Amino acid sequence: MKPIVKVEGLGKKYRIGAQQTSHPTLRESLAEMIRAPISRIRRAKFPSTKRETIWALRDVSFEVYPGEVIGIIGRNGAGKSTLLKILSRITHPTVGHADIYGRIGSLLEVGSGFHPELTGKENIYLNGAVLGMARREINSKFEEIVAFAEIEKFLDTPVKHYSSGMYMRLAFAVAAHLDPEILIMDEVLAVGDVSFQNKCLRKINDVASQGRTILFVSHNMHAVASLCQSVIWLDGGAIKSIGNAKEQVAKYTAAALQVRPVNSDPQGFDSPASVQNVRMIDANGEEKDSFDLFEPMAVELNVVQRSLTKPVRLVIRLRSAIDDSVVLATTDWDYGTSAQFLEACTYTIRCAIPCNFLNSGTYLVSVGIDEPNGPVHFRLDSAKEFTVVNTSPLGPGLYGSRDGVLSPYREWKVTSVQSLESRSTKQ
Amino acid sequence: MNLTVLEHSSKTQAANQNSSEETNLSLPPLPESPVVRISSSGLLGALSLRELWSFRELLYFLTWRDLKVRYKQTALGAVWVVMQPLLATAVFTFFLGKLARIPSDNIPYPVFAYAGMWAWTFFSNSIASSSNSIVGNAHLITKVYFPRLIIPVGAVVARFIDFAITSSVLVVLMIYFGVAPTWNILMLPVLIGLLTLLAFSIGVLLSSFNVKYRDVGALLPVVLQLWTFASPILYPLSLVPDKWRWIYILNPVVGIVENLRASLFGGELNLFALSVSTAITIILFLISIPVFQRMEQGFADVI
Repeated sequence: MKPIVKVEGLGKKYRIGAQQTSHPTLRESLAEMIRAPISRIRRAKFPSTKRETIWALRDVSFEVYPGEVIGIIGRNGAGKSTLLKILSRITHPTVGHADIYGRIGSLLEVGSGFHPELTGKENIYLNGAVLGMARREINSKFEEIVAFAEIEKFLDTPVKHYSSGMYMRLAFAVAAHLDPEILIMDEVLAVGDVSFQNKCLRKINDVASQGRTILFVSHNMHAVASLCQSVIWLDGGAIKSIGNAKEQVAKYTAAALQVRPVNSDPQGFDSPASVQNVRMIDANGEEKDSFDLFEPMAVELNVVQRSLTKPVRLVIRLRSAIDDSVVLATTDWDYGTSAQFLEACTYTIRCAIPCNFLNSGTYLVSVGIDEPNGPVHFRLDSAKEFTVVNTSPLGPGLYGSRDGVLSPYREWKVTSVQSLESRSTKQ
Repeated sequence: MNLTVLEHSSKTQAANQNSSEETNLSLPPLPESPVVRISSSGLLGALSLRELWSFRELLYFLTWRDLKVRYKQTALGAVWVVMQPLLATAVFTFFLGKLARIPSDNIPYPVFAYAGMWAWTFFSNSIASSSNSIVGNAHLITKVYFPRLIIPVGAVVARFIDFAITSSVLVVLMIYFGVAPTWNILMLPVLIGLLTLLAFSIGVLLSSFNVKYRDVGALLPVVLQLWTFASPILYPLSLVPDKWRWIYILNPVVGIVENLRASLFGGELNLFALSVSTAITIILFLISIPVFQRMEQGFADVI
C-alpha cells in the first residue's frame, strides 16, 4: 500500500536569539551590511563568535498510510509543533521534503480567523473559509455546526460577547466539520471543560472511523493511547522511536516518570522508616516480573521501622503505564488490616491482588509510609515495574489484548428471545 | 534512526491493514503524484494562479470581513466612505479654491478637487491598508496555510469597493456643476485599472518589507502625505513649471490622475505622461510578485 504522507529527512533550523532580533530596523540592516566585511575578517580570526543556530527538527523521516491515526508526542520543545507547521505549509523546512497525496486540513488552533466584532453566524463562514471550506460546504453543514456548538440563540450576537466556553465550542464546531483527507491537529483538546473535551474526542473518533488520516499532537496520553494506532515520539527535534501507540505511550510515560526528582534517598537510611525490597511474587511465593492475566499475584515488601513513635501506615499505589492510579491500598483499616508499625524492627508485608483483575499492560508500584492525615515519612515512586500479559492457552486470537484498565472475570449469559410480535414488525 | 524508521513502516502497515479489515472501508485510490510536495526550495518565481483561484472564496470572505469590521459600531456606517473625500474636498475648496485661487483647468474647483481626492483616497488607502495587511493578519499567517498574496489583494479589493461607492458622489457633483463627459470617458476603465495595479504593486512590495522592517509602517503616512502634494490632486499639472515637468512626470500618479480628469471632464489626454506611468506600473508589478514570493517563505518565522 502506498503512503499518503511521506516525509524524508525533514529538518528545520532556527537562529538562536531570532526572537530578539526578529524586527531589525532598516538602519540596523544597513549598518550590518557595512559591518559585515569587517566582522567576517574578525570571525576568521576568532571562529567562536559564529552565529549560533538550533535545529528545531532534525532528519525526521516517516510514512503515514491512508486511514491511520498517528499521535505525535514528546516534551515541550521536542519539535512537534514545528513538524505540524511544516506539514501544514505554514513554514518551510530547511532541508528534506514531504510528499502529500491528498487534501490537507490543519487545525493548529481553534478559532483561527475569528473576529470578535463579527456575529457567530458570520464567524462560522469566515472561519470555514479560512480552514479551506467552500461556501457551499459550509451552507450544507451550517445546521450541524450550530447544533454541535449549542449556540442557536446567540447566532446573531458578536462573538466578543460570548463566554469563553461558547467561543471555544463554536470554534471547535466549525473545525470539526472540516472534511479533509488528511487532518492535522495540534493540542486542540487542551481547551474547554471535561465534557467538551470528551465531545471533541468522540468527534475525532468519528472522523477517524470514516477512514480519514489524522496526525495529531497531544500531551493527553489517554487521548493518544485510545485514538491512535501508531505514535511518533519526538525528542530534541529528532524521532526517538515510532511504533504501536500503547507501547510508545507506555515508554514515554515511564521515561517521564523517571525524570521526576522524588527519590533523593531511595533506601531511606536517613528517614525514621523506609520500605525496602519491593517485589512481585506469584502464588508459589516466587519472585517474577511478568504475570498472566489469569493468575493471582502479590506485592511483597519490607518495612524497616527505625525510630518512629507514632502509629503509621503503609501506602501501596499501582499505576498503569499512562500514569493512571489503578489501585490504592493502605494498611490502616483496609480490609481488616490495622498494622501500626509501632515497634522498631523489620516487617514483611504482602498485599495480594486477585487473578482475573488487572488487564494486560505495564504497572508501576509506588510505596510510602505516612501518618494518616499527617506527615509523609517515606516515599518511593516506581519502586517496582511488572507486566501482566495474556499467555492463555486459549490463545491471543480469542483473548487478545483488549482495551480497558481492568479485565475482571466476566460471566456471560445469552438468551434468545423470539416472539411473534418482533417477527411481525420485521415484515 | 534508519532502523527505527523501517521498523515503523512495517508496523504501521500492519496496523493499517488491521484497521481496514476491522472497519471494512474502501478508501479512494491515492493520486499517482503528490498533491503537494513540501521542500526547502519552495516554488520560486512560479505564481500559481490556479491555487490563487482555488482560494477565491477566502479572498471574498477576508474582503467582506475588512469592510464589515471597519464600519461596525459606527453610527453612520458606510456613509463614512463618502464623507472622507467629501469633507476633504470641502476644506480644500475653501482654502485652495476660494482663498488661494488655485487654477483648475476651467473646471469648477469642487468637481476638480473631488475627482483628485476620489482617486487619491483610493490610491493611498489601498497602499496603507495593503502594506499593513500581512502584519495585521499575523495570527492567520502563523496558524493557517493559504496563498499569502490573498491578504494584500483582499485589502486592495476592499478599498476598491469604497472607491466604487465614492464615485456616485462624483456623478452627483458633475451633474450639479454641469460638467458633461466626452468620448474621452472610454479611457476611464483603463486608467482605473492602471491606478489599481500601481497601488497593488506598491502595497504588495511594502507589505512584505513590513514583516521584517516595521519601519515601513512608521514611514508610510509621512511619505503618503508628501506624495499627495507631489501629485496633481489639488492643483493641475499645468501649474508645474515647464522645466520641472519631466521630473514631475516620473511620479507615476501624475500620468494617471491627470488623464483621469481629462477622461472625465474632456480635455486633452497627456499620452506621454500616461506611457511613463504605464511603464513604471508594469515594472513595479513585475518586481513585486517575485519579491513577495521570495519573502513569503519566511513570514511565519519572522512575523
